[in-house]
Amino acid sequence: MEWLTAQEWMAVRLSLKVAFWATMISLPAGIFIAYLLARKEFYGKQLLNGLVHLPLILPPVVTGYALLLLFGRRGAIGGFLEQSFGLVLAFRWTGAVLAGAIMAFPLMVRAIRLSFEAVDSRLEEAAGTLGANPFWVFFSVTLPLAWPGVLAGAILAFAKAMGEFGATITFVSNIPGQTQTIPSAIYAFLQVPGAEGSALRLVGLSVLVAMAALFGSEYLARRARKRTVGE
Amino acid sequence: MKLSVEITHVFSGFEADIQFDAPRGVTAVFGPSGSGKSTVVNAVGGLLRPDAGRISLGGRVILDTARGIDVPPHRRRVGYVFQDARLFPHLNVRNNLLFGQRFARRSSRIATLEDVIDLLGIAPLLERRTPTLSGGEKQRVAIGRALLAGPEILLLDEPLASLDEARKAEVLPYLERLSAEADIPMLYVSHSRREVHRLAQWVVELAAGRVTRQGPAADFAAGPGAAKAEGIVLTLPGPALGRADDGGLWRLSFLPDDALLSAPGGRSSAAHELAAIIRRVGRAEGRAMVTLVLAGQEVQIAVPEAALARLGLGPGDSAALLLTRAEVAKAPLRPQATGNPPPA
Repeated sequence: MEWLTAQEWMAVRLSLKVAFWATMISLPAGIFIAYLLARKEFYGKQLLNGLVHLPLILPPVVTGYALLLLFGRRGAIGGFLEQSFGLVLAFRWTGAVLAGAIMAFPLMVRAIRLSFEAVDSRLEEAAGTLGANPFWVFFSVTLPLAWPGVLAGAILAFAKAMGEFGATITFVSNIPGQTQTIPSAIYAFLQVPGAEGSALRLVGLSVLVAMAALFGSEYLARRARKRTVGE
Repeated sequence: MKLSVEITHVFSGFEADIQFDAPRGVTAVFGPSGSGKSTVVNAVGGLLRPDAGRISLGGRVILDTARGIDVPPHRRRVGYVFQDARLFPHLNVRNNLLFGQRFARRSSRIATLEDVIDLLGIAPLLERRTPTLSGGEKQRVAIGRALLAGPEILLLDEPLASLDEARKAEVLPYLERLSAEADIPMLYVSHSRREVHRLAQWVVELAAGRVTRQGPAADFAAGPGAAKAEGIVLTLPGPALGRADDGGLWRLSFLPDDALLSAPGGRSSAAHELAAIIRRVGRAEGRAMVTLVLAGQEVQIAVPEAALARLGLGPGDSAALLLTRAEVAKAPLRPQATGNPPPA
């Protein structure tokens, strides 16, 4: 007997793919915005902070609907993307990536911001006096020292994107093999009599992934603290 | 390479208004905590922007608030050795040392990695992680790191202040070698008269945000508050020092450790040999405390008893005081004036 059925496997593979790309596309922006929030003072900083955190607070279905309005085939951005690049997001796995990235973004930025704030700015000063311009200071001192925290943020974002349900199902629906991620599949199995076994297996898998991500990010955050304090 | 500093800066309840020129060599910025030493060194390093002022380094203006010039730290070419070393914890010693080298233009490099390793005695540390180093080792690495960045001046901000006595004694000889061998001007910030005496050629003394006096280091050992145990100062006529007699007096300052007693007329490699008469010989802690008279001034030095017995000298005998190291400066005719211009 197979460990997982074909449909369950499909959901797991799709979830991994979606979460991987959601993490990859949001990481550069997450690092950039976390650095701005941790180190810079500028007009509108609180507004940016609020915008970043919005998906954490809004009902996910609202975020999903907003995505549909903006990125749907007739949406302002979605229409442009389709005409210019032939890129369709609504009801495709790429849309699930976008939804996962947006929903995971606040968690990622929070973790990375904390790790940037923990970097001793006196070390950045020292790097400056040694001739490193701000760009080099960032890439040779700040980012390496914050790296475990950045990885922790990425792991959290990956786990969050894997488990995203509300915004995903609103934006890209629940199509097996295309947009049916693990949570959508669990939801679908629960609607069918006799499929509780499938649902339970996926639930167990979700718990495992979430726990692994939490332990991993905690471990990396501890290492980051150790490294920046220098002990 | 001359450093000129003119800055005014207001902190909460405290105003610094400081002007001085630092000639070649080691210039000590000396004064108690809160006198404005850190303001000076941070302004030169570009880590603090004073309210108003002008700083130039060998004719290159690095700050001029009136003209809106404020060169950022990474383009000032000022090597900064911090009190707390600030080594990068994610890099080993070798990569800390090399950090600044890639930013230094080839023409501005003043030392190679090998030079620095040799000068500072850090060869055994190269592959170590920096958090495992002792305080003294950290400071030596920090000095090497600053040198390899090809600076035009080295700023040392109380580099020994956070070290215990044993570590200070470990690092100080390296600083002395640095000042003797590295051809680079240094601004040495300290509140320790002993460090200033051992390292500096020129001293700028600060108190409450003002320059209270400045001049050659030798003059400062004689100043008010100079502890006797730290330095001995003699005022001698030129001929006693083997200098032409222009009717003026010379001020000679040295540390007790740098003095030796010898029979008169012997040959030696000492920097100075001074004729003296032994007045008294005492005993303390197994050492002979010999009191000498030179040009009417008494000097007491410690000599091992066995060595004194070998010389066969006693009270009333002529002797020679040998100095391996001393500062000699023209003694001022009147008491210290403030704001002496530095010698050209």
